[in-house]
Amino acid sequence: MLAYMLKRVLYTIPIALGVTVVSFALVHLAPGDALNAIAPADAPEEVINALREAYGLDRPLIVQYALWLLHAVQGDLGTSIATGRPVVGEVLKAVGNTLLLAGVAALIGVVIGCILGAVAGYYHGSLLDRMATGSSVIGVSIPHYWLGLVLTICLSIWLPLFPAMGAGPGGSSAWQWDWAHMRYLVLPALTLAVIPMGIITRTVRALVSDTLQQEFVTALQARGLSSRRIFLHVVKNTAPTVLAVAGLQVGYLMGGSILVETVFAWPGTGFLLNAAIFQRDMPLLQGTILVLCMFFVVLNLLVDILQPLIDPRMGRA
Amino acid sequence: MSATSELASPIAIAPPVVAAPSRSYWAMVWQRLKHDRMAWLSGGVLLLIIAAAVLAPWIAPADPYKGSMIRRLLPVGSPGYPLGTDELGRDMLTRLMHGGRMSLLMGVIPVLAAFVFGSLIGVFAGYVGGRVNMLIMRALDIFYAFPSVLLAVAISGALGPGMSNCLIALTLVFVPQVVRVAESATMQVRKLDYIEAARMSGANPFTIIRVHVLGNVLGPVFVYSTGLLSVSMILASGLSFLGLGVKPPEPEWGLMLNTLRSAIYSNPWVAALPGAFIFVTSIAFNLLADSVRSAMDNRS
Repeated sequence: MLAYMLKRVLYTIPIALGVTVVSFALVHLAPGDALNAIAPADAPEEVINALREAYGLDRPLIVQYALWLLHAVQGDLGTSIATGRPVVGEVLKAVGNTLLLAGVAALIGVVIGCILGAVAGYYHGSLLDRMATGSSVIGVSIPHYWLGLVLTICLSIWLPLFPAMGAGPGGSSAWQWDWAHMRYLVLPALTLAVIPMGIITRTVRALVSDTLQQEFVTALQARGLSSRRIFLHVVKNTAPTVLAVAGLQVGYLMGGSILVETVFAWPGTGFLLNAAIFQRDMPLLQGTILVLCMFFVVLNLLVDILQPLIDPRMGRA
Repeated sequence: MSATSELASPIAIAPPVVAAPSRSYWAMVWQRLKHDRMAWLSGGVLLLIIAAAVLAPWIAPADPYKGSMIRRLLPVGSPGYPLGTDELGRDMLTRLMHGGRMSLLMGVIPVLAAFVFGSLIGVFAGYVGGRVNMLIMRALDIFYAFPSVLLAVAISGALGPGMSNCLIALTLVFVPQVVRVAESATMQVRKLDYIEAARMSGANPFTIIRVHVLGNVLGPVFVYSTGLLSVSMILASGLSFLGLGVKPPEPEWGLMLNTLRSAIYSNPWVAALPGAFIFVTSIAFNLLADSVRSAMDNRS
């Protein structure tokens, strides 16, 4: 058990290193000079050279990478070219907002997905099953940025229940758990929740109907267990896989919220990425991608480590 | 074949029974698909959308680029403009038909490219095996550490806006996934005895791969790739929606959704239309992929 965990943790190190290489290299794929974003086209040679030196762009690529990594490990992701502020601060503030959105969306999606999936699995082949399966197909096929627009039209314009944009009254950036702030979370979270909802419904439906067909369920029924007690056994058998899928979904939503954040002007990482891309702010782009991916890598690790803890069968394997 | 005929000696006169024509695997798949109502429905919808897109230059009622300042944002059902007009007064029906060309291409090309490159890399890695395989697969694991939307946005964002960069980004997102499917299918096949037999009888690796491996690998890869079509459609239009894909005034569903966003207060139906087309196409792709998957599954 301990050996497995250690192996899994060690395996994460090359992956994490690889992610830093890709995040760093991505930006150098970009055509043109990174300095074009700050230096005017007619800037004299000395100014450009001075800037190049200031940003360390005059050194070999490998040295640049090593320095960048060394600083990143110490929590320094450089300075944003557009704002001149440290990238770390900007990214962490945005990550908090995205985590809030993705977390709430995943929670909604997982709860609804589990209910729909369990119903569909229990009543396999019935009308209820077809309805639940249908809604999961819709969930995975719908372009969520469009769903966001449709929800805005319905619940913000026709029925003015929820605000269409922003993350709080008066453009304040400090989040609070009161209704005035939570109103802003409703539409983006609902929109984003559709993705995990569809996937979890599919997973739970397959797991539940598989489990119900196994012999031990028939044995339990023969012994006269109430259907409620049998349900508990089904839950025990499906929970580990569902938890693993749900955990990864939070990670996918962290990266996948870019489009939804743009629709609702949610001040998260997606918003930051968008700004970084269109202002050609390379340090900010690198930093945001790196932080999001590291988050995903760690989440993957946690899921893999937690799974055998809740599912004793996997520990023995 | 009944048990008696198997036991009969070869000299015995064969009973005058006409054997049923043996059906190939693909004929069987086609038979299953033919009886699948969902496959007909989704295939029909797709065909309609594709036909409208392909024939747009000849059958569309108006010019997709010609606007009119006095006819901006007409509602759905206006005389002469059945689906209204956009923010520059261009006919929505025309632009949606023309937009399908770009959106479908941007959805299908990355999957096709990933199918080709992914199969090549996957079969190579799986067939060669050993350290080379491990090196390739571990390198691709790194791309798995990126959520796919983030990877697509990051690559096309770094490369800069534009349609070709968008296609490159999406292809790079899908290749590792296809490689994984192709590699694991190849690994399963190459351990089988008949591959060993082919090698011992002197077939060179390319012949073995072409004749014996590909037939077993392309099936699962094809099924997986059809499932990617809907994801690719949504992602491609999403990139255009962010302003990273097709540039205006080119009609494309994602981009149209973006430019019409400001109109949701004045004319919500028209603003939501391009997204509805993305949705219908992607759901049709998904349902057809489901049908193809179950038709190609030999266990069913």
